[in-house]
This record gives sequence, structure tokens and C-alpha cells, in this order.
Amino acid sequence: MAQRLKPVDMVTIGVGLTGSLAALELAQAGLKVVGLERGAPRFTVPDFQSPAIHDELRFSIRKGMMQDNTKVPVTFRNNSNETALPIRRWESFLPGQGLGGSFVHWNGQSFRAQVADFIYRTHLLQRYGQKFLESYGPDLTVQDWGVTYEEVEPYYDRFEYLLGVSGKAGNIKGQIQPGGNPFEAPRSREYPNPPLKETYFGAIFRKGADSLGYHPYPQPSSNLSRPYTNPLGLKLQACVFCGFCERYACEHYAKASPQAIILPVLLKNPNYELRTNCEVLRINLDSTGKKATGVTYVDGAGREFEQPAEIVCITAFPLNSVRTLLLSGIGKPYDARTGEGVVGRNYTYQTTGGPTVFMDESININPFMSSGAPGTMIDDFGGDNFDHANLGFIGGQYVGSIMTGGRPIEFHPTPPGTPRWGLEWKRAVARHYNHTILIQQHGMSAPSRLNYLDLDPTYKDAWGQPLLRMTFDFPENDIRMSQYIADKVVEIGRAMGGKIVVRGGTKRPYTTTVYQSTHNCGGAVMGDDPKTSVVNRYQQCWDVPNVFSLGGSSFPQNITYNYSVTIGAITLFALDAIKNKYLKAPGPLVQA
Amino acid sequence: MAEVSRRTLMKVTGALGTSMLPAVLMPDAAPAQHDHAHGASPAQVSPPSSPTKSTSYLFFNDEEAAFIEAAVARLIPKDDQWAGAIEASAPNYIDKQLAGAWGAGERLYRSGPWQSGTPSQGYQLPFTPAELFRTALRAINQDLAQRPFAKMNPDEQDSYLKALEAGGKDLGGVPSDVFFAHLWQCTVEGFFSDPVYGGNRDMASWRMIGFPGAYASYYDLVDQYGIKLDRAPMSLAEDAHGHIHMDPGIPASSP
Repeated sequence: MAQRLKPVDMVTIGVGLTGSLAALELAQAGLKVVGLERGAPRFTVPDFQSPAIHDELRFSIRKGMMQDNTKVPVTFRNNSNETALPIRRWESFLPGQGLGGSFVHWNGQSFRAQVADFIYRTHLLQRYGQKFLESYGPDLTVQDWGVTYEEVEPYYDRFEYLLGVSGKAGNIKGQIQPGGNPFEAPRSREYPNPPLKETYFGAIFRKGADSLGYHPYPQPSSNLSRPYTNPLGLKLQACVFCGFCERYACEHYAKASPQAIILPVLLKNPNYELRTNCEVLRINLDSTGKKATGVTYVDGAGREFEQPAEIVCITAFPLNSVRTLLLSGIGKPYDARTGEGVVGRNYTYQTTGGPTVFMDESININPFMSSGAPGTMIDDFGGDNFDHANLGFIGGQYVGSIMTGGRPIEFHPTPPGTPRWGLEWKRAVARHYNHTILIQQHGMSAPSRLNYLDLDPTYKDAWGQPLLRMTFDFPENDIRMSQYIADKVVEIGRAMGGKIVVRGGTKRPYTTTVYQSTHNCGGAVMGDDPKTSVVNRYQQCWDVPNVFSLGGSSFPQNITYNYSVTIGAITLFALDAIKNKYLKAPGPLVQA
Repeated sequence: MAEVSRRTLMKVTGALGTSMLPAVLMPDAAPAQHDHAHGASPAQVSPPSSPTKSTSYLFFNDEEAAFIEAAVARLIPKDDQWAGAIEASAPNYIDKQLAGAWGAGERLYRSGPWQSGTPSQGYQLPFTPAELFRTALRAINQDLAQRPFAKMNPDEQDSYLKALEAGGKDLGGVPSDVFFAHLWQCTVEGFFSDPVYGGNRDMASWRMIGFPGAYASYYDLVDQYGIKLDRAPMSLAEDAHGHIHMDPGIPASSP
């Protein structure tokens, strides 16, 4: 029997990026907030310190910072005709666990989305016409976000200054800026910090891309280029290029994580209480089913509690947010056969994977001297930056050389034709390790009627609740898109002086056995029509207005770029609405 | 730190100085320099002259160890320039992994029902890594009872490994390609992982490829394009205090 606790104003399910932001904003506004985090408490000191943090086996290979999949994995199948089976080891995507969530082990790649991304369906119709969009058939369920770039821009700006993003503006209020990304959406001002030093592989990429007429620019990074004090008064340091960023926490206060940029302030706020090792089982609804009364959770010792709250914010990793809605009976679950229902609909992923460029032995790349966002990039093939009228696909990818380290269990490239093991393999590794450049293609994955999330009928978590079931394969659109761009990128690899350039591009079927991206998104998408969205433009549930589902699960479809900064921006946009509108008159912020 | 030996003090100086010194002044790369009063890994303790004889196996029995040693010697052989998996004590690494949490199924979801899936769905066998190795190795050693793998000549050994890799054999319920993939992954880990885990003795593989290990900063070097870094690599076991901080609850920077 659950022990009933004293009611609070707000509870967050998860204390990662969105959970920290929501708690900070609303505790500062005077609300009593409880943060429930399923993982352990952890802090830069002592938990993230060197040398233990530089352990490739523990963190990269054994996934030391990731969700405890022995308790809660995800089941997976490529299509509805297969039986979903548990992903028994994380590989393809890596949801984080513990205080700070995935925003601790992220790389800090800090892009904004583009103007067209927020009005994607409208944009495609306007630019290419109804016939163009219809030619992709009924499977692609592209839609608008219900909020525009112009509305979100001030929140991008706020969030970037909270993080201390280091970059070079390409477009300030419509004025193209030399050195930045000319395809960038207009920004109100420059990044808070200048770009990181350019790496050698970045400089080589720049030269190759330049020679072909593309527009190289430094990747915006939340690994900071210089010491910085954020608007909360928290001090960050310059990134030292240790080469242990992705899948690791930062020991130096140089990567913007909740621990570095929010939590020290939040945890001092008397309105806030953090409870770790607490697994939320469900959101409780009243007898009408239209109002949440709080959450039920189990603590680390197995004791069950009911935490009443006026507002519930789902601030988990996107896949877990969708599962929480499904387990709580909030919103109509998506039915792939009829196309009706919304929860689980428009789950999308990311297309990744670019060429490997093998260089001359005289060129020492030193890939281990790197940060999490060390790229030199081009956006010439991003989003709708190029004319798609006759290409047979929608969407695009950014391209860049982003090598986030040279950790050798993961990284020991050999050219095609090398035996898979044996003496020749070893000699090839010795020859190529320090003389190889990886280029990343990273982009959209189109939403499809056939891809979705629901509850698994068979497999259970450690508390006896159904696992989330993922049904996903890359739509044909993604293959055509990434293969088109792969041809262009091979040319860049050659222009970089590559002796051998191994072509990249996305292939089917999607497999869970190879790391691709942790940008799982959608499934509880935002929009202006309750028939095609779970939450409104303020990420407020249409069906239960005192539940806000904040984060990547709200993306109607994925964008070209890494999604963290856009998650932060739409979350701050929603939190402002909660503070300034909802608290004054609790209820739906948008009439359906 | 209560006891500070002269050698540890020297090491402190060396480790602290690395970011400021030019490469020619780096501490000597000789293995003996990496021997510590505190926190030395099992691999570093073993006498270099007899790499495998000194291994105290916790998991493998004699027959299993004989196969593993012979197999990894073919997977990553030594040559006149660089160590192979044996010299890097990869068998010791694999043994310790199988004897420990990973072998017991750490971070492996282990609830049924069990059924074979598509390649996209990944590993779907009920075996823990320890069970998988034990089962497969028993089947292999029975298969080769008349002529053990370790007694074959290298060409025969390679042929046998290729047959395992191709997946034709059933090893007591373990498809041979699944076993081979585990063996290969473990061998690569034992070759490349930090020496604190019992493989990569003397950081031999890191020297081979030029990976410097667990240094914390390249701020001053990252824009010196193409620089040849001739530092001796550094293990997790070596920091200013000569301690291994494997427990995340223990501060790495003590006063």
C-alpha cells in the first residue's frame, strides 16, 4: 500500500535537462517542487573526477552512465509483422540515468533548428506544392509544430546563454556573418562565447569543403572555449580537449550539464526537493480522467509512495516520457492499423553515418585531442537548404568532421580489404589509427505512419509493468536522402586528400546493434490539432491539462540537427507559459 | 597519503610535468617506470618474461585457458615490432571479465521469454557471457578432443577460427559465430583497454597506435597541427597520487 505524502505544487518525473529547467523556473516562481529521479545523485566533484572518468571500458563499452536496462529496457522490431524482442544491451541509442540524465553524457553539440523546421509541412507545401508532398504517399506524416521559430528565438537565446555555447553566428537578425553558418536561422545576437579551437581534422575538412565551394563553419559547442559565468552566476571552464566527452561526464566544469549550469542554484532553493533512486510507476488521475492528482513511485528500498501534486511535468528521456503517458492512460494510444490515436505516433530517429577518410601516413590526426563538439561543418545539405523539387526525397543532413576522441576499443579503423583479424589486421590498425578522419552525416529521419511506440504485450520491467515497444525502420525517404548526400560527401573526402574514402550513408534495416544516435524523438508530439498531437504548443497534454510532457518526445518529426538545444528552447517557452498564464488560470492554455 | 616512496615522488613530478614539458623531456617509456608502490595492475605485476605462465586464472580451467591463449595468439599475433594479444595479456583480461560482474550478466536484460530474433534485434540468448564461454568452450574442446586447438599448426588454427566465425557450428546451443563475435570483442578489449583491467600489458597496444591514454588535457597541443606526440602513454592507475580511483565515490583529488 502506497504511503501518501504531503501534497506539493509540482512534481517532475526525471531530473535531467528538462526536469532541472522546469524545477528551477517554477521553484523560483514560488512553487513547491519535488524532482523524482530514477537514478543516483552524482556531481562533478567527486563523481566525475579524473582519472576514473577516463575509462573507456566502463563508460563507452559497458555503458556505465546509461539507463539500467536490466530493470527497464525497450523492446524492438523493424515492422509490425515481427515480434518485438528486448534490446538486451544498449548499443544503437543510449538513454542516460542518474541526476542530470542524458545531459551529463551528451557531447554538447549545440545547434538550433531552422525556421522551416517548425512549420515543416506548411513550408514544403509552399515551396513545392501539394503534388510534391502527395508523391511521398500516405506513409509520411510530416506536420507543423504549432509554434514558430520566431516565437522560440528568445528562448534559444536564453538557453544558449545559460549553457555558454561557443560558436560563431552566421546570421544575426538577417545579416549574414562571415565565418558562421550562412544557412543558420536568424539570431538576435552573437553566441555567448567564441568557437573552440579548430582541430586538425577540422582544418583539413575545412580546406576540402572550401575547395568545393561549400560553406564551412565551426560547430556550436557546449564544451566551452573560455571561462564563463552563466546568468545564474555559475562558473564554467574552458574545454581542454581531453577526448572523453561523449558517454562521459566532464570533470572540468567545461561541458554544460545540469550539474554545471543549473543544479548548484536549484538545490539551494528551499522550494525544491530532490529525491533520487525513485522510479515513477504512473501518473494518477482523478475519476474524470481529465485531471492528474500526482504520481506513484517506488524508492530505492522498494517502498511505494503517492506524491500528490497540482502540476505534473514529465521530464524523462523521450522514450520514457511516452511510456509514462501510456502507463498512465493519458491520451489515446496510436493504432498503426487505423492511423488513429496519438500517443506513440510520429516516433522518429536520426540518420547518421558518413565516410571514413584514410589519409597519408605523414599526416598525424591525433584524434584523441578532441572535445564532444569539435566539428568543422557545412550546412549546404541541411534541412531544406537545397532544392528538393526533383530529388525524390525530403529533408537533409549536416556534414562535418566531428571526431569526439580516439579511444581505441571503439576506434581502430582499417580500410576495405583488410582481414577482420590476424596479423594483417593488426598492422592495418597500427598504420591507420592516427591517419584517418571520420566525416559525419547527420540528419532528418522522416516520420512515417509505420513507425511508432506502444506498450509491449509480453515483456515487463522490474516492477511488473509493460516495457515500451518500438516499431521502427528508416523510411525509404531517408535512404534516398542520405545516399544522395553520401555521394557529395565522398567528393569532400577526396578533396581532403583522402587516399581511400569509404562511402557512408544510411541503409535498411535499422539495427539496434550499432551505435547511431541517442536523438530518439517524437511519440508525444506537439501541434495545434488534438487529432495529430498529444500536447499543444506549450507541451501541455490536451487531455489532462495539468500534465506537461516536456522534451524531445514533443518533436513532430526529427530535424537535421542534434536536438538538445531545441529541447531547451521549447521547454523554456512552455515554462514561461506555465508561469505567466497557467498559474493565473489553471486549465487548457489552448482551446482544442 | 601516509607513505610516499621515492619512486612515487618521482612519478608525481613526472605526471604533473607532462603538460608543460616538450616531448623529449617526457618520462621514459620503459615499462619499469610504470611500476608503482600503489595501484599497480595485475598485468604490470606479472614478470614480462613469461606472460602467460604467471596468469592466475579465476574463471578458465586448464583446457579452456589453453584454447583461449592459442586462439587470441592467432586473432592478434605478435610480430617483430609489436606485441600481440598474448603479450598484452588479453587472456588475463578475458578471464577477469568472465569471472566478474560482466561475465555474470551485468547490464544484460535477462528476462524471458526467449526466442531467436532478427539480426536487427541483437543478442537474444539466455546465456550470460560466462555461461556462453563455458558452454562453447566445452563443445569446442570435445569437438577437438583428439587434436586440441593449441596443438594445431597456425594455418589449421586459422581455418578452425574461420569456421567458427562463419557460423556453421552449434556449440552446445551457442551458434559458433556468436561465440566468435564475443571472443573477438573480448580480445580487442583485452588488447586496447586500460591496463587496470588486466590486459594491454605495458600499454603495448597504445604504444603501437600512439594513443596516449588517460591524459587529461591537450589544450595547448590541439592546434599544433600534425604534431607527433611521443609521450609515454598513461594508465588510469597513474595519477599524481599513484592511486586507482575505480570507486566513483572516492574523490580523485585528495588534499
